[in-house]
Amino acid sequence: MSLALQDIAADPRPAPGTCRHCGQPVPKSGEEFCCPGCAGAYALIHELGLDAYYARRDAQGDQPVTAEGPVLDLANLVETAADGTCSLRLRVDGLTCGACVWLIESALKAQGPVTDARVNLTTRRLTLRWKGGADLAEGLAATVRKLGYRLAAFDTGAADDPQKAQEKELMRCMAIAGFSAMNIMLLSVSVWSGHAGSMGEATRTLMHWLSALIALPTVAYCARPFFRSALAALKAGRTNMDVPISLGVTLASSISLWETFEHGEHAYFDGAVMLLFFLLIGRFLDSRARGRARSAAEHLLALGRTPVTVLKPDGTATLLAPSAVANGSTVLVAVGERVGIDGTVSDGVSEVDTSVVTGETQPQPVEPGARVFAGMVNLSAPLRLTVTASGEGTLLAEIVRLMEAAEQGRARFVALADRVAKNYTPVVHTLALATFLAWTFLMGLAWQESLFIAVAVLIITCPCALALAVPAVQVVASGRLLRGGILLKSATALERLAKVDTIVFDKTGTLTLGRPDLLPDLERRGEDLESAARLARASKHPLSRALARAAGPGPVAEGVREIPGMGLELDGPAGPIRLGRRSFVGLEEGPQAVGEGPELWYARPGRVPVRFAFADRARADAAEVVGKLRAAGYRVELLSGDRPGTVAALAAGLGIAEWRAGVDPAGKCARLAELRASGAKVLMVGDGLNDAAALAAADVSVSPSSAVDIAQTAADAVFQGDRLAPVAELLSVSRKAERLVIQNLGFSLLYNLCAVPIAMAGHATPLVAAVAMSSSSLVVLGNALRLSRRAKEARS
Amino acid sequence: MTILLLLIPVALGLGFLGLIAFLWSVRTGQFEDLDGAATRILFDDGKPLPPGQKSQA
Repeated sequence: MSLALQDIAADPRPAPGTCRHCGQPVPKSGEEFCCPGCAGAYALIHELGLDAYYARRDAQGDQPVTAEGPVLDLANLVETAADGTCSLRLRVDGLTCGACVWLIESALKAQGPVTDARVNLTTRRLTLRWKGGADLAEGLAATVRKLGYRLAAFDTGAADDPQKAQEKELMRCMAIAGFSAMNIMLLSVSVWSGHAGSMGEATRTLMHWLSALIALPTVAYCARPFFRSALAALKAGRTNMDVPISLGVTLASSISLWETFEHGEHAYFDGAVMLLFFLLIGRFLDSRARGRARSAAEHLLALGRTPVTVLKPDGTATLLAPSAVANGSTVLVAVGERVGIDGTVSDGVSEVDTSVVTGETQPQPVEPGARVFAGMVNLSAPLRLTVTASGEGTLLAEIVRLMEAAEQGRARFVALADRVAKNYTPVVHTLALATFLAWTFLMGLAWQESLFIAVAVLIITCPCALALAVPAVQVVASGRLLRGGILLKSATALERLAKVDTIVFDKTGTLTLGRPDLLPDLERRGEDLESAARLARASKHPLSRALARAAGPGPVAEGVREIPGMGLELDGPAGPIRLGRRSFVGLEEGPQAVGEGPELWYARPGRVPVRFAFADRARADAAEVVGKLRAAGYRVELLSGDRPGTVAALAAGLGIAEWRAGVDPAGKCARLAELRASGAKVLMVGDGLNDAAALAAADVSVSPSSAVDIAQTAADAVFQGDRLAPVAELLSVSRKAERLVIQNLGFSLLYNLCAVPIAMAGHATPLVAAVAMSSSSLVVLGNALRLSRRAKEARS
Repeated sequence: MTILLLLIPVALGLGFLGLIAFLWSVRTGQFEDLDGAATRILFDDGKPLPPGQKSQA
């Protein structure tokens, strides 16, 4: 998605020489559009009278992916209400600003049957309601697609519902705690000012009663998340931060209630509720930051999950979501299409690109009986697959088995905050008990008063700053990473990343882009490329696409025939013009040099055939990033399933000294285990099915958003885009975050060291407690915010 | 000090109203799309155009 901000132009006409819809350069001067997709989108927008879109958008639109796009299996997703209103929820990709929202909503509302269309820009979902049959869904979706947006199905029973409910509960608790904290503080301030002498005992007790009236229901309602977590920890025989929090809040409320009964001078209602309020803020932000990252990750996965074409027994083809396809069904895979499901080839001979699955860049031949896996790309001829259950001693089954073994072997990582809590809780509770005993038996105080002092110790040590120290930093860090296109899925990923000293990269799709790119050739003439591209633009074959990409937008030759397994043919005035494999243009099938990628030959009558060589090239900034990581002291290794020649060439180009080629999934796991056994903390970066087990076996793992489902699910973080820089950014943010967390923890402990003696001596009045707790929390939050400020400086 | 009997309920009542308003806005989904709301406010002609009608930017 291009987010390059443009001047907000009042004139909707773009600069000459650029496309009227997407703003990219047009192939020939004088033309208005760069491609038919943009022309179609423009025509539709104009026809609906929505030209205002061009004046309103503040970012350039995307080039429409394909005007027709994959047909989604929508009719099954439509929900029909009792009164005949149909509703549908979809994920929309390509939204850049409010103008896109306006355009989609207006375009849909202009369709007769639509009663309501609403796009949520934050979650990128479209909710659509219309009167009429469920079969209108496809047509409405096509309208949006013609405008240049990609759509994906949205499962209504999505698994994010408990997450969402939890977030809402936290928000409600936070609002109520905030209301109570402010109102109780209002009453407490009057009591504190009254201590100077002007307030009578009756008024003070009235204030205390009012505070109790607000505080007790608040504690009962808002502290439930803490009580639940504390109980769960205690049941498991562990202790976490929530144990002292729950104990402190409960004790403070009960002792204050006792004091109120006794017409006492001090009540800690304000402290207890303020503590809850601060902690709930931290917890809510934490949950929302992770919820956002997770929903963004789901969004990416859903967009990649295109429906598969299923052939019914009666010979008709339907589209179904991969999860809805039954075992034993027959599935069609067109040329250039990604295989959406695991199966066995039942008919057809073709070549498949298995790079996502095995890391191998050479296309592999397949014939009836061969196993293919989701993620492979069918290259040369249409295939029919019989869907099989995953299992039965196949590659996938082996990977699942390896992943299970790896997860068992991976010791449960204990978050820093929990380790601190484990040591902190007993110390604090012993101190409070010691205070109580010392005041009762050594100083001869009445037990009620001693208990009051002991509770004051618990309140002042209630780990407000300590409990905020880690989440505050994590929220700021994950927000900064999210802006940079990195989705942090695991709560402890940052802590684990900060400890990493060895980075293991996969090759295909990770260090490289995982797609063929035309290699530059000095002997080739530009005219040959342009002429070959005319043919190539007519095909969906990955090599044709690479050729067309290298040539840029331009005209398409008419009458191109695609001959499966061979190439493209066009009848020219002097004979056939061909673009395809070596034998197709009449050359002998010669032996290929090791490490050479795929090639295309272009032959015209009466001319020497021209060769186009392709290779899966490294990401543009890979060498720079690897160099930077090595300079920062990381040990970098390359583990690939590809053949040695290709791997060696890439490793040499990027300056990676340690590399291994031809490693199978078990080999990758074994190498990671070896590294971990030698004491290294390993970050695994990989994208393929063959990396999934290694991702689960590493200390922490990252995968690009182009990775297969199983790899993205196994990874702790996912990064988007064609650059490798996010990996370096992720590591540097994690180190900075760790530094801030340690500073925060240090400060909280220092605060406790100063405050505890005061409380033990019996000087911690509610006023002192309120000031100490809120100021320490603010210091911790302020320190965490430094992480985002530095990011802004770096950007500007 | 009898004024307190009036002022405290008033203060609490106003705060409570604010709380109810907030909870209501959460329940009705007004916090679901903060980014969208920020830009929607700029588009004053939110009414859909009748089908087929030509431009009027």
